[in-house]
Order: sequence, then C-alpha cells, then structure tokens
Amino acid sequence: MAVIFDLVVQGAQMALVLVLAPLLTGIVRLVKARLMGRRGPSPIQPYRDLMRLLRKEAVLAENASWLFRVTPYVVFASIWVAASLVPTFATGLIFSWSADLIAIVALLGSARFFLALAGMDVGTSFGGIGSSREMMIASLAEPAMLMIVFAVALLAGSTQLSTVAAVLQQPEVGLRVTLALALVAMVIVAIAENARIPVDNPATHLELTMVHEAMVLEYSGRHLAMIEAGAFLKLLLYVSLIACVFLPFGLAPSGAGPAAYALALLVYLAKLLGGGVLLALFETSIAKMRVFRVPEYLGVALMLGLLGVMLLFVSRSL
Amino acid sequence: MAERASLKLIDTLVAAGGAPVASHRPWPRYVLDAAGWQKLVEGLGAAPHWALLDLWGEPDAVHAALYDESAQAIAVASLSCPDRRFPTLSAVRPAAGRMERAARDLFALDAHDAIDKRPWLDHGRWPVGGAHAKAPYNFLPVEGEGLHVIPVGPVHAGIIEPGHFRFTASGETVVRLEERLGYVHKGIEGLMAGKTPAEAARFAARVSGDSAVAHSLAFARAVEAALEAEPPPRAIWLRALMAELERIANHLGDFGAVCNDVAFTFIHAKCGELREHCLRAADQGFGHRLMMDCIVPGGVVRDLDPGAVGGLQALIAELKRDLPLLSQLYDAKASLQDRTVGTGRVTSDFVNRFAAGGFIGRATGRGFDARRHPGYAPYGDLAFDVPVLEDGDVNARVWIRIHEIEQSLKLLEQILAKLPAGPLAVELPARGGEGMAMVEGFRGEAICWVRLDAAGRVARARPRDPSWLQWPLLEAAILDNIVGDFPVCNKSFNCSYSGHDL
Repeated sequence: MAVIFDLVVQGAQMALVLVLAPLLTGIVRLVKARLMGRRGPSPIQPYRDLMRLLRKEAVLAENASWLFRVTPYVVFASIWVAASLVPTFATGLIFSWSADLIAIVALLGSARFFLALAGMDVGTSFGGIGSSREMMIASLAEPAMLMIVFAVALLAGSTQLSTVAAVLQQPEVGLRVTLALALVAMVIVAIAENARIPVDNPATHLELTMVHEAMVLEYSGRHLAMIEAGAFLKLLLYVSLIACVFLPFGLAPSGAGPAAYALALLVYLAKLLGGGVLLALFETSIAKMRVFRVPEYLGVALMLGLLGVMLLFVSRSL
Repeated sequence: MAERASLKLIDTLVAAGGAPVASHRPWPRYVLDAAGWQKLVEGLGAAPHWALLDLWGEPDAVHAALYDESAQAIAVASLSCPDRRFPTLSAVRPAAGRMERAARDLFALDAHDAIDKRPWLDHGRWPVGGAHAKAPYNFLPVEGEGLHVIPVGPVHAGIIEPGHFRFTASGETVVRLEERLGYVHKGIEGLMAGKTPAEAARFAARVSGDSAVAHSLAFARAVEAALEAEPPPRAIWLRALMAELERIANHLGDFGAVCNDVAFTFIHAKCGELREHCLRAADQGFGHRLMMDCIVPGGVVRDLDPGAVGGLQALIAELKRDLPLLSQLYDAKASLQDRTVGTGRVTSDFVNRFAAGGFIGRATGRGFDARRHPGYAPYGDLAFDVPVLEDGDVNARVWIRIHEIEQSLKLLEQILAKLPAGPLAVELPARGGEGMAMVEGFRGEAICWVRLDAAGRVARARPRDPSWLQWPLLEAAILDNIVGDFPVCNKSFNCSYSGHDL
C-alpha cells in the first residue's frame, strides 16, 4: 500500500513539473514585461505556444539525419526524468533511490550533448557556433555544478536529494557558510545552464549573439515544441533544486497525510513564484556579457563551490 | 600640409578646363574633359581635405560631388563619356568604389581602371540587368589557418532590412567582414525620371522610411534651387520642425535598439515608449507618423495642426524629464558599459577618408553637420551645438545621439517660439534647371541632385543617403571584435539599406 502511495506521489510530482514548467516561464516573461512598463503576454502564453508548435508541420533540412529527428525527444525525456528526481513538494520520492544529484547532472549533460550534436548535424554555421558556445559554457558550468554537489553532499552525507532535503531541514544544520557559498554558486550555474541573461538572451532575434537559440534554429513544429518544453522544464528543475536544497522548509515527508501534501504544494508554488520574480528582476537589471566573460563568471561559481568544500574539510578537522 | 590644405577644389576644377554649367545652383558644376578628369583624380590624391560626397551616372556622363573641407566649398565635376568609360576615383577615394560599381550596374558606365569591377546593385536577377552580373559573385578571398566563414542574411531571424554579411572569423574574432547590399533596389532614380517635381517628391519621401523628412527636404530644396524658388518662411520653419522631430524619434529608437542588442531591454522599452510619443505628436501635428509627403517642392503640404502645439510642448517636457534618467542609467550600468565602451571602434583616419557624416563622423571627431556648413535656413537663426566626441566606439555613437536629442529639443522649443505666420507654399515655375541640396538627416547629410527638363519635369534625380559613406566603415569597425558584438556595432551605425540600394 505504501509503495502504491509513493508511486502516486512520484507520479503526481512528474505530472506537476510538466504542467507547471510553462507557467513558470510565462510568469518570468510577464514580470519582465511589467518591469519594463509593458503589458506583457498572459502567463499561459507558453502553453499556447506549445500547442501551436505541436499543430504545426515540422520542417526538416534535407540533410538532417536520424540524430536530428530523435534529439528533441531525447532532450525532453532526459530533462523530464531529471526534473522528476527533484523533490518539489514532497520528499521520499520513490525514484530517488535509483538516481541521485549526480545522476541529475549527468542527465542534463546528456541532453546537452545530444542538442549540441543536433546543432551541428545539418551543417549550418549558426548551429555550429551555437554548439561550440554551448559546449564552452557547459565545460565550465558542469565542474562548478559538481563542486556544489560535493559541498552539499558532504554536508548532508548523501547525494540523494530526498535525504539531502531531509537532513538540511533539521534545525541543527543551522546557518552554514558552505551553504551560502553553494547557493550563490548554484544560482550562477542555474542562470548559465538555462541560457538566461547575462550569459545568453532567450528572447533575442540576433543570430550572431545566440547560444542556445542558435543550436535549435533549424527546429520547427513538434520538434521545437519538445525542445521548448525541455527548456521550460529545465528552468523549473533548477528553481526546484535550489528550493529543495537551500530552502527545504515546507516539504512534506514520506507518508504524510493529504492535508500536509496540500500545504506543501502551496509552499512549493510560492517558492516557484518567488524564484521566477527574482529571476525576472535580475535579468532586467543587467546587460548580457560578452561570450569571453562567461569563463570568468562561471569561474566564480567553481571557486565558490571549491571554497565551500574546503571550508567543510577545515571545519571538520578542527 | 599647409600647402596641401590650400589646394582649392574650385580653382583646381577651373584650372582643369572645367566649363561651368550656368543653370546649376546653388553650387557650381564644371564639365571636364578626359584630361581635366585626370587632373581631378590627381588633385584628389594630393588634397585629402576634398571629401567625395557622391558619384553618380547618367547614360553618357558621370558626376562627382565634392566638398572642399578647408574652403567649405561644394562643387560637382562632370565628365561626359559617350564611350561609357571613365577613369576611376576609387583609387584616391575608396568610397567611390561602390558608387562606381552601382553606376556600372545602372548605366553600364565602366570605371575602366578600377580594381573592383564586381556588380553591386545588380544581382543578376533583373530582366534588363547587365551580363557582368550573371556570373556568381566572388567574395574577397580570405586565407589562413583555422578560419571559418559565417554567412549572415539577407534573410535574418529578426524583421530587419535585407543585407548579406559574410564574416570570416578566427574562433570568435572577426578577421574580415564583407557586405553585400542591393537586395532592396527599387529603381527609385528611374521612377523619379519623367515625373513632375510634386510626383517625384513622393518617391523621395520613400527613399528610406526613417528619413522621410530628410530626403523629402533634400529633394524639395534641390528643385527649389534649380528653379530659383524661395519657399515662404513658415514652410521653412515647419520643415525644420519636422526634421528635428524625425531626428529625435530616430535617435531614441537607436539608443534603445543598441541597449536591446546587449539584452538590456529596460532602456529599449522606455525609448520605445518615448519614440512612440514622438511619432504620435508628429501624427497629431502633420497627419502622418513619419511625416511622409508633408514636404513638397515649393513648401509644405499642410500646416501644423494648432491643437498639436500643446502636444509638442508636452513631448518636449517629457523628454527633458526622462532622457537624463535614461542616459544616467545607461552611464551607470557597468554591464552595459562593458559591452559598448571600446566596441566597434572606427579610426578618425577612416572617417576622414570616407567623409562619413552623422553620428558616425561626429563620434570620431569629424564635426561636419550640414545644418552648420553649408548651412540652410532657418538654422542660421537658431542656437544649437554640434556635439563631437573622439572615441569612435559604440559608446561614443550612443552619446552623440543622446546629446543630439538634447540639442534638437532646444531647437524644437526655439522653432515653436519663433514660428512665423504666412503662406505654406509657392507656385513653382515649369522650366528647366539643375539644383542640389544638402540636408542634415538623423544619419548624416542627405544630398539630392536634380535636373529638370525644359517642361519642368525631372530628367534625373539622385538622392544620396549618408549610408553610402558609412556602410564601408562598418566593415572596418568590426575587425578584431568578436562575432557576437556585430549586432550592437551594426545597430550603432544603423545604416539604411533602402536608402543605399535605392
């Protein structure tokens, strides 16, 4: 019975992230528009965009290979699985036992790997530029992310997010310098990974400045819908991850009653909203950086992660 | 150097045997023979202060408009070439290269000793095009280890005008940019021929939509010069009012667009709002947002709506309040400054050699402004400064625009205060003549040369957009910058495709 209930919770989380992801992006866009004094699109516009893309014909380049066609689904599936591993409103996810934080990083990494390959597949110059820039950013973001994982895992004694969240919920963890450093590093990585300003501009129409958009420039129709949905999910994943590790309050433990789940869900929605508004605020207040500044920017994340790990070692040996 | 600067353009043209054309006004035109043209080429080689303003063709003649910067004298040199061959000016004035290529495409005039004889406007798709344009276009070769080519356009991801940009990059660094333009050739010069000045004015207004006032004004003043007509004072002042309104609207648009290209969308949104208010004030005042077809040879078509004066004053007040806030924000944002300072630098050597005007020239220390020199009414009665900066980068071009908006606001206030009463237009006589005019548009000096036949119809009109002299500099500005900085450089130039391709 408990297993069935856990499965239901897991399934609910998987459905929840899928349903909420476009809304989060829609809210970010709406808040950004409002900050600029524009009316802005409705927050449900991303759903409409996805529906429109799904109805449209997918146009393929003549020399597109099978890789180009399967990549959107691979990308979407990897990100969705990764997103379903992050405790959103409840810990004790049944999938947590099979995959941990490192698996999430690996899943996202493989999604990116396929996308970069697909970007180069049809042989346009923009796809190649996008892929090379994306890999440059990834090669810096992934080590920083792993360093953050190490810092958090050392603190919590586990890389499983449900356990991490449960441990960090304990009052005796208290305020930790390591956690603060890891949080800043995590935000930096999240912004780079989600192709947000100042690393990339998700709203640009300028081919020469694109990173993520340049890779997917050749996609259309349902393929583009899959990639867009993947991007929405990825943003949600990072906001959920930050919320789960650094703001773990309000998460319902395994086997809690329906009322506790409902409350936890509300808390989660509030966290998402907060994350979306903060992201919009940050993006409005800064210009995009030159592509060669990105290593310095992500270097900060790596150093902060490293510092967090070192601090843990130093404080433990004392 | 002093001796060189003393080399006078007019004296040289006269000494070269130039026969003055009596009906050409207000500046002289000299018809040279082949030997005289050769002397002009030598003179251009010896006198770097002679700026080439324009070079254009006719079926059996080629004309070059020149400006002696030290004597502040303008003259047109013409070579009649029935054999359709003429010695090139591109060896001494590189800006002539594209103009000569365009003249070859349109009139089969052969600059026989030019190095670059590729087609320019003719892409081999015109039913009446030249045979030389049918062959595949050869881009300039680039050789080197690890270089890759990035072709961009003419169809872009955004909704902008079409132009092809071929980058050769080493990693992210641009080692060469080659432009290919001509995609929006509409045959405006050909369409204007045979029309009455009033009909042709509609084409002049459509040379480049954002410079509708500047090109209309240049055409109108050229026709008036040819016919020795003087528009009534109220028309002259209303024209200046429109020109400054157009300048403000476009500079606001560019300021925002530069910020948008580095993903700082706040300023873009606010500038978009202010620009919209400008356009609405123009619509209220003159019945058209871009003030298209408001200026005609002889005067203006419609008076300023009396109810619009309040709207204009409110606009001035709004801009005076909001523009300083936006420029302070622009100045204070380190992430924004990081992208614009030092990006896309043009050297003063290039600017002077190409005689580039507008914000590109003035951001690089070339203070030329047609409102000052040669100057035209009513600017002699108005107080304004011509801002000049030396840096030549994207940041300097942004600041020139901001300062010019401030100056234009001052001008608007003065114009509204001094606007004389009276009629709006004069009747133009139907007779022949040749005229030329130079008007300071928002991009730089818009020039128009026109010849009217005996019946008073346009025999040949040549509107010249300032972009002719600015597009080539973009190729130089982007060198050694990264590929990702091209959009912001391009936006800081904001050259016209339509005005160039005609």
